[in-house]
Amino acid sequence: MTDYLVPLLLLIPALAALRRKENAYDILLTGAGSGLKLLVSILPPLILLLTAVTMLRQSGAMELLGKLLSPVLTLFGIPPETALLVLIRPVSGSAALAVGAQLMAAYGVDSLVGVTAAVMLGSTETTFYTISVYFGAAGIRKTRYTLPAALFADFIGFLTASWTVKCFFPNLS
Amino acid sequence: MVMSWIWSLFLLVSILSAAFTGRGAQLSQAVLQGAQSGVTLAVSMAGSVCLWTGVGALMEESGITDALSRILRPILGRLFPSSRADPALARDLSANVCANFLGLGNAATPMGISAARRLKRGDTATDELCRLIVLNTASIQLIPANVAAVRSALGCARPFAILPAVWVSSICSAGLGLAAAWLLGRLCRR
Repeated sequence: MTDYLVPLLLLIPALAALRRKENAYDILLTGAGSGLKLLVSILPPLILLLTAVTMLRQSGAMELLGKLLSPVLTLFGIPPETALLVLIRPVSGSAALAVGAQLMAAYGVDSLVGVTAAVMLGSTETTFYTISVYFGAAGIRKTRYTLPAALFADFIGFLTASWTVKCFFPNLS
Repeated sequence: MVMSWIWSLFLLVSILSAAFTGRGAQLSQAVLQGAQSGVTLAVSMAGSVCLWTGVGALMEESGITDALSRILRPILGRLFPSSRADPALARDLSANVCANFLGLGNAATPMGISAARRLKRGDTATDELCRLIVLNTASIQLIPANVAAVRSALGCARPFAILPAVWVSSICSAGLGLAAAWLLGRLCRR
């Protein structure tokens, strides 16, 4: 089903735009151009953070962290290899992307760890960043229970990511 | 400032750990290897990132986001009761949730902030504002384009195969996050 979803998602907006007599192709072109700007903006952090994350991996620190947190993580069914991703995800989006890409490259995109990392990245957000942007812009000082509730949601995201991958991809190891 | 701490911490920990495990050679090799892999990753993500920002722009211009946010409005009215009496708030909220859903993060933020300004009371977050933040941090997304781009950049044959798993986990985390917010809200009032 997902094989046809993505191609259809390309077709539907194009037809909708044509119905409104809008120049779909020009809009796509301008949009793709702004994607290039987005790419330029994520390139420097990606270079820096992949340097740091590759160092963490090669120095054995990532394994060590995994081993350290593995009693807690395995208790919840979360692969211990993803320890750093779980810790860094709420704090920095680009660092999480770097850690996730590192995990996918090191363990294989279609390994249990690689797929779990991808699902975790896709189903959680940079919580601290989001909260600071929203509350900063709206001028809110008393945040009450927002942070614990949002972090709890993140934790559930990591948990269900690990579980759904085991359910939907039973043959991975 | 946070990133400076993360950067320094990562370096410090890797140097200590390399010294501890005797992997100095791998560590110095990792420096250039990592920097290069950042470029390789970004370049091989370029195609799908540009394609999806293009499609995102088209979804906005072609009225798909508007149609979707009209569908969402009644559901959001239950989650945010004060939006029923405030059409501008209802519009901001549904546009924010809908832009997030379609992966248009840049479009979602300004509308979310404008909704947050309407939902606050003085400098205090209301229950509804907490709910808005939880919805925004749970990342309910139809196509997680960046992750799929990384997967295909690393040579995955079916980068979108993770979609059902991503949907289930985002819905669970949003639902249970909202439940936690509701519970904490009741505890706070007592």
